[in-house]
Amino acid sequence: MTQEQILERVQLIFRECFDNDTLVIERSTTAKDVENWDSLNHVNLLAAIEKEFGFEFTLTEMGGLKNVGEMLDLIHQILSDK
Amino acid sequence: MDSETKKGTGSVLDVLDYPFDPAAILKKKLSIKKELLNSTAPRLEKRIAVLGGSTTNEIVNILELFLLKIGIKPAFYECEYGKYYEEIMFDQAALKAFKPDLIYIHTTSRDLTAFPSIGDRPETVSDLRAGTFNRYRSLWETARDVFQCPVIQNNFELPQYRPLGSLDFSAEYGRTNFIQALNCDFADYARTHNSLIINDIFYLSSCVGLDNWYDDRFWFSYKYAMRHQYIPSLAYGVAQQIGAMFGFSKKCLVLDLDNTLWGGIIGEAGLRGIQIGKETPLGEAYTAFQQHVKELGRRGVILAVCSKNERENALEGFTHPDTVLKAEDFADFRANWEMKSANILEIAKSVNIGADSLVFIDDSPAEREIVRAQASQVVVPEAGSEPQTYMRVLDRGLFFESVALSEADLQRNQQYLENRARESAEAQFQDYDSFLKSLEMRAEIAEFEPVYLDRIAQLINKTNQFNLTTKRRTLTEVEQIGSDPSYIPLYGRLKDKFGDNGLISILIGRSEGTDLHIDTWLMSCRVLKRGMEAAMLNALVERAIARRVTRILGDYIPTSKNKMVAELLSSFGFELISKDASGRTSWVYRIPSQWSPVTHQIAIAQSTGARP
Repeated sequence: MTQEQILERVQLIFRECFDNDTLVIERSTTAKDVENWDSLNHVNLLAAIEKEFGFEFTLTEMGGLKNVGEMLDLIHQILSDK
Repeated sequence: MDSETKKGTGSVLDVLDYPFDPAAILKKKLSIKKELLNSTAPRLEKRIAVLGGSTTNEIVNILELFLLKIGIKPAFYECEYGKYYEEIMFDQAALKAFKPDLIYIHTTSRDLTAFPSIGDRPETVSDLRAGTFNRYRSLWETARDVFQCPVIQNNFELPQYRPLGSLDFSAEYGRTNFIQALNCDFADYARTHNSLIINDIFYLSSCVGLDNWYDDRFWFSYKYAMRHQYIPSLAYGVAQQIGAMFGFSKKCLVLDLDNTLWGGIIGEAGLRGIQIGKETPLGEAYTAFQQHVKELGRRGVILAVCSKNERENALEGFTHPDTVLKAEDFADFRANWEMKSANILEIAKSVNIGADSLVFIDDSPAEREIVRAQASQVVVPEAGSEPQTYMRVLDRGLFFESVALSEADLQRNQQYLENRARESAEAQFQDYDSFLKSLEMRAEIAEFEPVYLDRIAQLINKTNQFNLTTKRRTLTEVEQIGSDPSYIPLYGRLKDKFGDNGLISILIGRSEGTDLHIDTWLMSCRVLKRGMEAAMLNALVERAIARRVTRILGDYIPTSKNKMVAELLSSFGFELISKDASGRTSWVYRIPSQWSPVTHQIAIAQSTGARP
């Protein structure tokens, strides 16, 4: 899966989780930039990503993920290692 | 739970209907909530304090969705993280100001920090057990005395890990042993104190499996006591119990019959053809489902039947030697050809409850869809198409939750039984013939007419059960038979006071000198046991006599599906000539000089297109 394909799917997840059909995320997007992206919904986001891509983050990985770019890189890496 | 194939009314709120996809609920919770709040439906306002030993935010969010869906508008109070004990026992001001109608204490085995130590003496363990129990009991009694509200309390799921391995179960200082003992203490208290309601996560966690239930990552990261994806299941169970406290539980289970309470279509397969009992795996599954339904009846769920069937066929199903349910188990019994949605609404009226108190189980996705569309208050779960899936959905759906069983619950079915006995005494028929008479049946029997040829060809090609020879024919062949003078090609239509059954029978004779051969004899099972067979045969014999026929010959050609007509010719006085290895039997009827028609209760209309 390419970075672009991953971004596309993650964007859909963001739109559903934050109930915003026009939300556009970029690599630099952080929790500050998205309405409702609090720690509670962050859990939802992680769970939805795990479900979408069919893997589980490790505890260590869950601790990182400060912005969308880190998320995309991590997903890409996990998928390529599979 | 897989809801990929789930149908619904197309609303975003369908995702909350059991069986639901928890991931979809979690992901779409914001839009679901928006949609729920759009509704102006009146809701009961309740103040609910959720006090947890672990994170409760998401539980509250999802609980809110389910409660709004039920018809309860909750106002929530959440305690400081982990401060459930302190806020009830000591720092009571905030909770007092909130004035809860209900307190939900969400604790789990994660909150049991004081487990026995390996090697502890029995007295030490039992002291620890009593101390732990008393800590919880003081919460419940304070809630009752100070906040004057009932408590919903989680019990304990089995431990994630067992330092003692298998011994953990039996050793008195084992964690498994300790948790089971505490759960018994909780149960004993709840049984004798109606202000305490146990929400059973011991069972829920067992259903999903402990390895699924526990997710250390989310525990260590966010202090969720269970895997995030099971929050909807927990919240749903709590919502159903809150619903039960405030009168939102379902009261009546409406059941389809064919392929729902037994396998097969009784109108076609007959009493012996339906699957119930120990003979087949599917039969056993239907038996298990019937037993489950019987238990629901015992706990006070009102049972009713709604089936597209002839009433007598439907009732006959409950005379099967292996049936668990009896006709008298049902408070209302609707077997007819009306729309099921209309019947279900009538059931609600007749047992005098709201249509929103009904749950309907039917194997047919199409029927479910129609009932949902036409009677949207009725709960129609996607129950699958086999008895084991109905049982699962009914059980896990928690539709009939109650906080306690009353004497009235346990007596309910007896009361309905008596009511029904009164009603049926009024309307009772002397015998089956009087019942048939009461149907005011009228038949039209005549030679094929062009307007009916399509229907005739369709019936010839699809009828399996009441079909003596199972000869299939193209439309062209049917037309040829209709215009060939050596044939007596009869169709039959049947009406009764409830409506028109349409063209439902075909009987084709082919004459050869003074012999007439029965080429085809079939009938739709919708009208079995109405006397239509006799009416058809009479019409054929009359015409045969007019042609100076003296013998009618007929063969029964067995298939895997037409056993029900194996003795049909015999039942009308045909004599057996021969039987071959395949089971095919040949019969003859010598028309007596003083032939009199077989009696039945159907008025025969003038044949419109009779030929000499």
